[in-house]
Amino acid sequence: MSKKRLIPKLQLKTALAHPNKMVLVVTKQFNGVIEIGDPVSQAKIFQAQAADELVFINIDRNNKEIKRLSAIINNVSEEIFMPITVGGGIKSSDDFRELLNNGADKISINTSAFNHPELITETSEKFGAQCVVVSIDFKKDEEGEYRVYINGGQTKTSYHPLDWALRAEKLGAGELLLCNISHDGMREGLDLDIIKSISENSTIPIIASGGCGLAQHFVEGFLKGKADAVAAGSFFAHRDQNFMQTRSQIKNAGINIRMHH
Amino acid sequence: MIGIVDYGMGNLLSVYNAFDYLGSPVTICKHPEDLAHVDRIIIPGVGAFKDCIDKINKTGFSEALNQEVLKNAKPTMGICLGMQVMGTRSFEGGEFMGLGWFDADIVRLTPADSNLRVPNIGWNTIKYNKEVPLFKGLPEDPDFYLVHSYYMKANDPKDVIAIYDYTYDVTASVLKDNIFATQFHPEKSQDFGLQILQNFINWNPR
Repeated sequence: MSKKRLIPKLQLKTALAHPNKMVLVVTKQFNGVIEIGDPVSQAKIFQAQAADELVFINIDRNNKEIKRLSAIINNVSEEIFMPITVGGGIKSSDDFRELLNNGADKISINTSAFNHPELITETSEKFGAQCVVVSIDFKKDEEGEYRVYINGGQTKTSYHPLDWALRAEKLGAGELLLCNISHDGMREGLDLDIIKSISENSTIPIIASGGCGLAQHFVEGFLKGKADAVAAGSFFAHRDQNFMQTRSQIKNAGINIRMHH
Repeated sequence: MIGIVDYGMGNLLSVYNAFDYLGSPVTICKHPEDLAHVDRIIIPGVGAFKDCIDKINKTGFSEALNQEVLKNAKPTMGICLGMQVMGTRSFEGGEFMGLGWFDADIVRLTPADSNLRVPNIGWNTIKYNKEVPLFKGLPEDPDFYLVHSYYMKANDPKDVIAIYDYTYDVTASVLKDNIFATQFHPEKSQDFGLQILQNFINWNPR
């Protein structure tokens, strides 16, 4: 039986003080960016704490250069021996190849998948469905209707997240990474309704994210949201969080997660 | 020197980096003749069985592998699809012949519980034969990372040295003479995975 997974989500952006360097950041509702450190050293800390996987997303709106991103993944892969998903600005199967050759295991696509759904099918056939993670950002619009947003949450689409999720699955996605933009960085819990409806209606693994601030929020994501994995950014980035203690709390709530040693 | 077989399916970096991290000399073997110059052989693999075996055959690696692995008995390890191609035949997308080193069919995962997903992606607890030196130093019930839809169903139970539970016993690892293989990814399974790779470096099959 596969265990439920806990996944630190590492968001990358050009450093304010060093335009050539990418740093790890946390966000609130996709804004309010705070720089928190070096992605490679943080990844090593997560490995020491036995995180199950890592997700790296380039959220820089001005620099989507794949070479720059793949250089970071190449560094990470020298010392990190766990599954790595990479996303942010990936547009083609050449971009996939470049990142996979530099140590990525799975590629997350969002805006490009939405604008060019055939990219999902093409890459799924070429690299295997297990390699294609479709990332879906959503929130309630002014009228209170759930809608998918693309371009880093800036552009509203006409799709309901469930509809887009099921379409992406049909096109060949191997996994879905869900995030409610309004919950991002707020540490008040996941959007359980949408996660649950997508989990119950699809057959591929679901990674829920956006809003974890307590161990209890992970537990809810697994039990109520029926997610296969929960990813979090600011939760894991906070230095006061004891990862091992969080794992124990989640395990004690009856969730089948990996306990190291 | 450890040689990683590069038959053109890509993504060898993680396996390479893992051996490099362990301090072992390691090289990528792009040509079949390169295998003559290494002491140990790794057959990695991600993707579909047919693509994999077609490439192994077309590039001339199948003859070189039979020479170095079967005749010269070099310690050899297959990972994931690299394990599956060692079987007799696969039913993934048709029926295709493998290298035939293990008397085994490659068949689809069919968990009895419809909540269990295929492909199975994630960490699973492995039960292993404690007498096998390749598993030295592992704790009871270690978890390893798997990504697969098909698995090796061995006809000779003696070949199977590790399993995991997916509503039934799924082959996690096989061993025969100088040939060892894992369905899971040691290079993605943190320190327990590195332990197995270290054991492979030290392994002297009889």
